[in-house]
Amino acid sequence: MTNTGNDFAHPSRRGFLGMTLMGAAGLGLSSLPGTARAQATGQVIVGISQEPTVFNPHLLHIEVDEGIHWALFDPLFSVEPDGSFAPRLVTEVPTVENGGISEDGTEWRISLKEGVTWHDGTPLTAEDVKFTLELQTNPDFRAARRTGHELIEEITVVSDTELTWKMSSAFAPYMAILSWTMIVPAHAFEGEDPNEAPFNQSPIGTGPFVWDSRAPGDNIQLVANPDYHGNKAQIERVVVRYVPDLTVLYTQFRTGDIDVIALQGIAPDHYAEASELSGKTVELVPVGTVETLSLNVGNPVLADPAVREALYLGVDKATVIDALYYGLPTATETYMPQQSFYYNESLPEHVYDPEAGIALLEEAGWVVGSDGIREKDGERLSFVCSTTAGNHTREQLQQFLQQSWRDMGIEMSISNLPPAVMWADHWMQSQFDMAVAGIIFLTGPDPDTRDYFHTEAINAQGGAGQNTFQYSNPRIDELLAEGATTVSPEARKPIYEEIQALVREELPFLPLFQRNEVRGHDEQMAGYTPNINVRITFWNMQDWSWS
Amino acid sequence: MLRFLLNRVLQGAVLILIVSMIGFFVINLAPGGPLSQYAMTPGMSQADLDRIAAQMGLDRPLPVQYLDWLGNMLIGDWGNSYRDQSPVLDVVWRHMWATLLLMGTSTVISVALGTLVGVLGALKRYSIFDYMATVGAMIALSIPTFWFGLVAIFIFALELGWLPAGSMYTVGDQSLGDYLIHLIMPSIVLALVNVAIWSRYMRAATLDVIDQDYVRTAKAKGLPHLRVVSAHIVRNALIPMITLAGLQLPTIIGGALVTETVFTWPGLGRLFIDSLGYNDYPVIMGLLMFSAILTVIGNFLADVGVALADPRIRLG
Repeated sequence: MTNTGNDFAHPSRRGFLGMTLMGAAGLGLSSLPGTARAQATGQVIVGISQEPTVFNPHLLHIEVDEGIHWALFDPLFSVEPDGSFAPRLVTEVPTVENGGISEDGTEWRISLKEGVTWHDGTPLTAEDVKFTLELQTNPDFRAARRTGHELIEEITVVSDTELTWKMSSAFAPYMAILSWTMIVPAHAFEGEDPNEAPFNQSPIGTGPFVWDSRAPGDNIQLVANPDYHGNKAQIERVVVRYVPDLTVLYTQFRTGDIDVIALQGIAPDHYAEASELSGKTVELVPVGTVETLSLNVGNPVLADPAVREALYLGVDKATVIDALYYGLPTATETYMPQQSFYYNESLPEHVYDPEAGIALLEEAGWVVGSDGIREKDGERLSFVCSTTAGNHTREQLQQFLQQSWRDMGIEMSISNLPPAVMWADHWMQSQFDMAVAGIIFLTGPDPDTRDYFHTEAINAQGGAGQNTFQYSNPRIDELLAEGATTVSPEARKPIYEEIQALVREELPFLPLFQRNEVRGHDEQMAGYTPNINVRITFWNMQDWSWS
Repeated sequence: MLRFLLNRVLQGAVLILIVSMIGFFVINLAPGGPLSQYAMTPGMSQADLDRIAAQMGLDRPLPVQYLDWLGNMLIGDWGNSYRDQSPVLDVVWRHMWATLLLMGTSTVISVALGTLVGVLGALKRYSIFDYMATVGAMIALSIPTFWFGLVAIFIFALELGWLPAGSMYTVGDQSLGDYLIHLIMPSIVLALVNVAIWSRYMRAATLDVIDQDYVRTAKAKGLPHLRVVSAHIVRNALIPMITLAGLQLPTIIGGALVTETVFTWPGLGRLFIDSLGYNDYPVIMGLLMFSAILTVIGNFLADVGVALADPRIRLG
């Protein structure tokens, strides 16, 4: 993988289109600049089970909002399904090789495309980019995230299409952060409180679609931007329709009231039936969420590596996936999504072998006590497992594990909590023993997981982050620091492979599987390409078309 | 009359104030808080959440937050939604008319049908019709609206394809006919329960009236049957219904909650559920206040209405 979208062996969509354009020019069709596609026509209705309400991409928002953001705005460069970066507003994705980023990673230079205009006709300039980056750290603005942006010390606008900035230290994840940072127009905020500007309700972007209307509680309509600077949308109108109930959402998909079933998709128990529907394409889409049995290694029993290993050997993963999850998820050994460039393929594969687990426990001195539960130095091999109350599949999983482990002389009791309690201090301050948790470890395509594995990220020990496992390994701390300041992906890969190997070996959590979600769309619709590196599946609506 | 009015306005104001106080503190007692839903967002740190909470003023003591909210409320500023930052009154207003359309249609159906079934049932007490109406009402009251709605969608939208599966209109059409077609299923499903309620009340009220002396007198003096029923029985039996109608007024907010979810109707009921799900306190408080005000108004209108309809009752 390289940092540009111009890898000839693996042409990106844009690269491919560029080649097509060159071909068209060769055939004497150069009189049609930028119109590789016919006039946008038709309409598509996207059904989602949560309502998009936040249209300023820098305020706190949920994932469905990002589908709208991707349609209306452009980041400087986007991240493609294969994890590579492709230029959007820039002429070239900045790398160390092309001089866009200095050797030490602290000085950046960005060149913008010429002739890009906002939906209101105003030209995009480097001032807009400067404004967007500075908005993130504006003390009066309720920016959702400041990580990375805080490191920017000084932004210099060189010309209308060029700017440079300096960062106080190199921060490799900043590429991924920028690929999610939508550029917003400075002129829309002039003299306004950025938290309440009219822009937030009628957004203006540079993106492939233009804001049309919103019927609150029902739908949002977007129309194709005829002046888009990149690949123009082929579908004239997109209706994003809010259908709150999953069963109703699925029914409307069956009746054809909606063409695309996006977030939350089709419920797993409807998958088999849905795959048989005529005229519909139903597919499994991998997402970055890894289902874990998270362990609190601050617990005296779970602190013993032999116990963690034995627990893992006692999980009949294949049965769990097939019987409880309808065979949909993909078994995994790591927190890294398997589609990632940084995925370590050579991790030891889990085997279900309770006998080996028992042998391991015996060897470590855990012997069966009078009540059938193992103990060592007066400590019983007993802990509590918790998760969100009301999640039936997880409750079945817990009961299944309870039984499996009971046969090995391990006692697990179940105590589930409502979500607002479970994921508050109980989770963040490591008050659990074992938790069934679906975790997205990565922020976008970047492999950095400092928040989850660094010693200073343990909230319960005064740190700041999400290392709720209370897992500490000095070697991992070192590797994380090295990885965050190494810019080249090829150089970073071995660092993150080693972290994955260490985590797999020491098991601060038992990795169960990587989730797949069931998505569907009308068979006649082409171009639906999910992207594991962004949070939402309808991120590329400009590429959709009706055949 | 003036004293009565003043009295009621004062009572209403005190009631609303108490409701607002209880509502505000109870909502804030719930674990989590408005930002908890963002804790599992990838890349979100506790420091970011704490900063945003401080910027939103959520780190202040509750009584201070309450007084601030109350003060703004009194000058007509109901605050801004945490979800989409727009003013609460706008948010409520934008969902209101969808609910009014659905509730209005359904109320017309249920009042007309309920009155008819109730009166007929009472006039022909213990007839086959009466038994069927009673059993029908029991079934309608015990079937969950949710289930009934899904069955209706299954039959009329999926199998027969006669009616749309949900939503208020077809995007791009939005003609009157389009609205009407979309209204059929949700308004009938919603009316079903209300017809049952209305018919039971109406039957009981009619039975109360039917044996009164003045009805016997009317019959004795030879009035045509239809006139006895319309002028003497139904008219008097409707008086308690005015109170019922007044009490039903605030249910326009919560009454269509389930129906709106099943039929993806963009009304206040769904707004309420969504706001609860997102811990959107300003909107929840707005709806609570709105509901409290409607309750006060509904009661007041019912009292005035009954007094106007029944000359024996004097206000004051």
